[in-house]
Amino acid sequence: MSKERKILDSDAVKRAMTRIAHEVVERNKGVESVVLVGIRKGGEPMARRLAQLLTEIEGRPVPRGFMDVTMYRDDIFHQKTHPKVHKTEIDFDIEGKVVVLVDDVLFTGRTIRAAMDALMDFGRPRSIQLAVLVDRGHRELPIRADFVGRNLPTARGDRVKVKFGEGAEEDQVVLIEAEENAAEPAGNEGGK
Amino acid sequence: MKTLIKGGRLVDPGQGLDEPRDVLMDKGKIEALLDPGGKVSTGVRTVDAKDCLVVPGLIDMHVHLREPGQEYKETIASGAAAAAAGGFTAVACMANTKPCNDSAAVTDYILERAKAAKQVFVYPIGAATPGLSGEGMAEIADLKEHGCVAISDDGRPIMNAELARRLLEYCKGFDIPVVSHPEDLNLSAGGAMHEGYISTQLGLPGIPAEAEEVMVARDILLAELTGGRLHLAHVSTAGSVRLVREAKSRGAAVTCETAPHYFTLTQEAVRDLEYHTSTKMNPPLRTQEDREAIIQGLRDGTIDAIASDHAPHSPVEKDVEFILAMNGIVGLETSLGLALKLVHEGWLSFSQLVERMSVAPARILGIPGGTLRPGSPAHVTVIDPAREWTVDVAQFKSKSRNSPFQGWKLRGRAVQVWVEGKKIV
Amino acid sequence: MALLVKHMLGLEQVEREDIETILDTAASLQEISYRPVKKVPTLRGKTQVNLFFEPSTRTRTSFEIAGKRLSADVVNFTASASSLSKGETLADTARNLWAMRPDILVVRHSAAGAPHLLAKLLDTPIINAGDGAHEHPTQALLDMFTVREKKRKLSGLKVVIAGDIAHSRVARSNIYGFSKMGAEVWVVGPPTLIPPGIERMGARVSYRLEEAIPDADVIMMLRIQLERGAGSLFPSLREYAIRFGLNPARMRLCKPDVLVMHPGPINRGVEISPEVADGPYSVILDQVEAGVAVRMALLYLLCAGAEHEDTDQGRT
Ligand SMILES: [Zn+2]
Repeated sequence: MSKERKILDSDAVKRAMTRIAHEVVERNKGVESVVLVGIRKGGEPMARRLAQLLTEIEGRPVPRGFMDVTMYRDDIFHQKTHPKVHKTEIDFDIEGKVVVLVDDVLFTGRTIRAAMDALMDFGRPRSIQLAVLVDRGHRELPIRADFVGRNLPTARGDRVKVKFGEGAEEDQVVLIEAEENAAEPAGNEGGK
Repeated sequence: MKTLIKGGRLVDPGQGLDEPRDVLMDKGKIEALLDPGGKVSTGVRTVDAKDCLVVPGLIDMHVHLREPGQEYKETIASGAAAAAAGGFTAVACMANTKPCNDSAAVTDYILERAKAAKQVFVYPIGAATPGLSGEGMAEIADLKEHGCVAISDDGRPIMNAELARRLLEYCKGFDIPVVSHPEDLNLSAGGAMHEGYISTQLGLPGIPAEAEEVMVARDILLAELTGGRLHLAHVSTAGSVRLVREAKSRGAAVTCETAPHYFTLTQEAVRDLEYHTSTKMNPPLRTQEDREAIIQGLRDGTIDAIASDHAPHSPVEKDVEFILAMNGIVGLETSLGLALKLVHEGWLSFSQLVERMSVAPARILGIPGGTLRPGSPAHVTVIDPAREWTVDVAQFKSKSRNSPFQGWKLRGRAVQVWVEGKKIV
Repeated sequence: MALLVKHMLGLEQVEREDIETILDTAASLQEISYRPVKKVPTLRGKTQVNLFFEPSTRTRTSFEIAGKRLSADVVNFTASASSLSKGETLADTARNLWAMRPDILVVRHSAAGAPHLLAKLLDTPIINAGDGAHEHPTQALLDMFTVREKKRKLSGLKVVIAGDIAHSRVARSNIYGFSKMGAEVWVVGPPTLIPPGIERMGARVSYRLEEAIPDADVIMMLRIQLERGAGSLFPSLREYAIRFGLNPARMRLCKPDVLVMHPGPINRGVEISPEVADGPYSVILDQVEAGVAVRMALLYLLCAGAEHEDTDQGRT
């Protein structure tokens, strides 16, 4: 039996998100040239939440879009079932902007690598920053997040489930520990 | 030395026999049919036929042996060996060789090659028109004198009705049957399979059943007009069976044959084998209703004979797009096994099978065989009806491999074949 | 997420589930064509061979663009029927191609079943880009995609396909495709251009446009295929155009939101009048655009599917 452990409850997620929002504002001295791009699927609700918080803090809307990076993955031909391709919706110009990539969990870094490549095909941003709710370690590429909700030591085979509740639903982050001896595929962030 | 085929079940419909008998052969002839269990006199070699049928040598009255001209597909020797392996003691070969058999010289050549092959008897069928041109008459009397047993442009119809009439009329005088390839070329033009739902689905140009049936009807009328002997080759549709049945009930001098694929397969095979060219033949595989009518025709005697229409082709002609592939399949080595299926399924008796595969072909072509009556030539096929085997084209004696029955499990096959008292299989 | 089928030979064998996967993937990929950099690296290092035995600039170009937008190396191999008559068979060509190690093969051929023959000979995933009068699955997929984008559904729609049904692979694939997605398909044309048994494929038959089009949601006009001998099946193009052409008068019988489609190439003034082809109901250019997205989706789904079979054993 695999063990489930709640890492962040609803209040903890809210505090982490608020802190990230303030850090984004502080780091960029406002949000004038900031745009958010959530990585589908996990980064999508987080990007919505972050955009909302930034708007509340700064009193002005922050453009947000969503990006599917499947077509940029380096492991597309290495997975048993290749992932469903979702729509990419970035209906603003990223040229010269500060793009904050948003994803729920940072793991091997391969998704972020793919996302940066994809972003470049939309234009030339001034800079790219990365915001994640959980950094669980095990990086396979030299990638580091600018804004982290929580650093979480994990075993390689563990799984981290992030849920941004809608409406009255609770937010939460759960760690599912790997069964002993159960090997997990490497380089597969699909099951994060 | 005399030979006794012992312990078998003799099936000889010509004599009304279907019972245990031992067959005594001497000097190439049937000497006597003996009650089983009798004492064997010294100096008689005995051959066991326990649990087997002993029948008059099977005759395939419609094969294409490709020699002269297309020896890469088949030679008379390889075709004759395939015939023997399939349980046949005689075959009749169609004239569409290169050059075609429209002259006594080609007939002589075929007979020579057949003799050299020392296998089964090969009876040539002469061309009806010079060069199979469909115009004018070949030298029919000469062809007959040199050994042709029928005349036919098989592969092509005689489109000109007037010429078809004259051929039937002329042949009447020489007592030689005209074998018609019933196909209206205008109706079948460009077609690659039976016209219907499957051809629509596969996007292949279709050949309607009526392309065959209008010609069957025409030829029957002309046979009735002239009194000539008409034999319809490879009948494949319910409509053809109905037309022949009606003609026979009027007393017309009409006979016909069908091929094993028409009572075994249907048009669906083209789809199920994904355009495999071993499902392409002319006439094409028809519908389930046609298949059932063919079986019914074999049962009630409307269809006189089963002939394989053995049509060897090499990969050059067959490993191509369906529409471009040549028509026909090899059949000599699967014909008996497929016909026995009809017996096992209860459609035909053993006696009817022997009638369709030996007695009737001998009668229609006027050639020796078709009976084991004492005094007749010792052409005998011994069939183990229960022997299970799997069709493997790689094992065929034929040079060609174009069979849709590859991998089929069949029950029953020839285990001994005797031609003039000599065992060739 | 991989398709159930290894090849895309025709929609007859394709499950509704696969059609939905393809259309959904195409919808996600369509946006790539609007980016400043119209290219993603997905099929980098993969070789796509377009094997065209029948002239077709449009379909070939569409497949070429689709492959290139996915970063595949696209090789066009055009062979005329005449080079085949010189003794090299399709099987020879296939073996030659095999030596080039393609990762995916796109085949157009005038003979029905030619892609099936290649599928038997080669291990590579094959996309049928039209085989004789048999099937043209990518055309039907892009047609369904176009309709779905406009109508937001396929189920319950009435689709009328009119013209030379007998020789049309587009008609066959669309009958399968739309029927599987829950649409009602009608075919219309003179009786000589309606092939036998088409009802069993799931289509209703009418010999009069006026009977079929008034409540149609989609009208798809097909070209008369004179090169396949259709010309002898009706008296004249003039009579055909009068009886079976889609013109403004007939459009007045139609629903206001009807979609007019044509797989091209168009014979203006024969099966469709210029006013209709260029009119407000026409989605002919949307079809062309959809073609690239749908073909990208298929290339992606089939390439990735093939890889797993070969290399993925034991990987997880
Ligand atoms: Zn014939």
